[in-house]
Amino acid sequence: MDILVIHVFNALLYASLLFLIAGGLSLIYGVMRIVNLAHGNLYALGAFVTASVVGQWFAGAPTVVLYLLIPAGAVAAAAVGALLEPTLLRRFYRRPEEYQLLVTFGLLMILEDLIRFIWGPYPLSASTLFEKAGSVAIGDSIYPRYNLLVIATGFIAALFLWAFIYKTNFGVVLRATSQDMRRASALGVNVNRVYVQAFTIGCFMAGLGGAIVVPSQSAVLGMGVDALVLAFIVVVIGGLGSLEGALLGALIVGIFREIGISVFPEIELAVLYLIAAIVLLVRPAGLFGRAT
Amino acid sequence: MSTVAVQLEVRSSIKALAVGAVLSGLLVVLPFGIDPYQTILLSYGLVMAIAALGHNLLLGYTGLLSFGHSAFFGVGAYAVAFMVKYLHVQSMELFMMGALAASLITALLFGFVCVRYTRIFFSILTLALSQVLWSLAYKFYWVTGGSDGLRVPTPKLLGVSLPSGEDKINFLAHSYYYYVLVLFLACTFVMWVIVNSPFGKALQAIRDNETRARFVGIQIRRYRLVAFLVSGVFTGIAGALWVPLNGLTTPDILYWPFSGEIVFMSVLGGFHNFTGPITGAIVFNYLKTYAVGFTVYWQAFMGVILVVLVVALPQGIVGTAIQLTAWARKRFFR
Repeated sequence: MDILVIHVFNALLYASLLFLIAGGLSLIYGVMRIVNLAHGNLYALGAFVTASVVGQWFAGAPTVVLYLLIPAGAVAAAAVGALLEPTLLRRFYRRPEEYQLLVTFGLLMILEDLIRFIWGPYPLSASTLFEKAGSVAIGDSIYPRYNLLVIATGFIAALFLWAFIYKTNFGVVLRATSQDMRRASALGVNVNRVYVQAFTIGCFMAGLGGAIVVPSQSAVLGMGVDALVLAFIVVVIGGLGSLEGALLGALIVGIFREIGISVFPEIELAVLYLIAAIVLLVRPAGLFGRAT
Repeated sequence: MSTVAVQLEVRSSIKALAVGAVLSGLLVVLPFGIDPYQTILLSYGLVMAIAALGHNLLLGYTGLLSFGHSAFFGVGAYAVAFMVKYLHVQSMELFMMGALAASLITALLFGFVCVRYTRIFFSILTLALSQVLWSLAYKFYWVTGGSDGLRVPTPKLLGVSLPSGEDKINFLAHSYYYYVLVLFLACTFVMWVIVNSPFGKALQAIRDNETRARFVGIQIRRYRLVAFLVSGVFTGIAGALWVPLNGLTTPDILYWPFSGEIVFMSVLGGFHNFTGPITGAIVFNYLKTYAVGFTVYWQAFMGVILVVLVVALPQGIVGTAIQLTAWARKRFFR
């Protein structure tokens, strides 16, 4: 019984993380119709910034301060996003997708090396928080308490985002821009501002994913590229541009990955792709997708 | 088509053939003038050019951007490695046939799913599917060698094995270079015929206006599937030719950033031109080799080139050269 509970927690842990990454990717696509191949690198950036802030600069600070410093990585990723959107990506919205994918692929290569340049090629960890949090007893087994915090963060982020998009004025503007950019613009919406805000939020989520994961696993080079592929599976299953889809997709991927790991670890990843392929054959635009 | 148009087309074909013949002649004599290392580098470029040509049949002629061509390249390469490891085959011709069959089957499976989509969905789907193969190559290490990869020894070319005393560098810089060159020229010729055939014109019609193409009676999905198959097979052949050159195949060539490199090549040369991907692949290969030797941050260097290219020179090298010559002709020779 407790083994099952642990499996469920693991699935939820993975799902929260995936939602943070894929949700940001999907939000950005939903508003700007651009798939950012460098999105995974912003997740990696969040991880590296938090690892050096929490694990090195303020390593001696009290635990409460360390917890408050975790979002540093998310803020850094958001700042990079806020810088990139107006300077580079904005000019590509009207150009064919080929160029959008290519410019973000170029960005991926640059960001990957930027991280290598700043932090060097070695893994960076901030495991003190993870160790200090200790673990909880579940039946006869124990489970790291920090992982529960990650799960909670994922779900709180989903809740906040939902409230933000469906219950605030800004959310109305965002949805209007996403549905019809020209009409929103004609009604007096400053579309460019909405774009930079949406992009920043998306990057913040990716950065938060990296920041929250780094106490439990080290930040390594290449983690962004790996994460992007998983985020793609999530959005393919859920439907590109849909946040509900990203949440459901993240849960599906989280659950199947946990089953895959415990039953047949070799095909853990292949199973995920297979699910994505089946969903696409049955519902071409994903579970919640809007066909374009 | 009017007679004038036919004459123009014939004249431009003859011109293209003449230029092609001169360049091929240059490629034939080049190994006598440059050192073996340069020749091997050029072989890499020619091999990648075959892959880029295949990729561009989809990107430039059918209007589909595949971000998953590492799958076909990797399948070609791994097919050769498996034949060496499990069937103890040594003949390069058998390798080519094996790689052709394997990449054809892969392209058929992937194509069946992917050609239902266009634009961004096609790109994401090809990317995701190619990663299935990557994860399999990575995880089934007892079959594929995992991240260590599989070693491929020097093959027999046309049934002739390497004389025992001959040095591998010498083999790669001479016999193997010509082997690659012949296949490169053959592939280029075949691709030229394909894109100028009625089939190629139909693909371009689909690219330019899908609805009209359908009204004319083109079966869009079937045409896209055939283009996908041809494209995959070309890239698979490139993968098979690449393995003996590299001596080793690892899951890296199945990983999606490698697909990105293939796309990079097409765009660097200019995907609106037939020769763009060839130029792009050869130039990319030199750029990457020298950037890797020059700095550990070669990836950022290539990234900056890509961003600048996409922002400032979307026509690529060949496209920009054509525009420049047209401009110069107008400016100075009227």
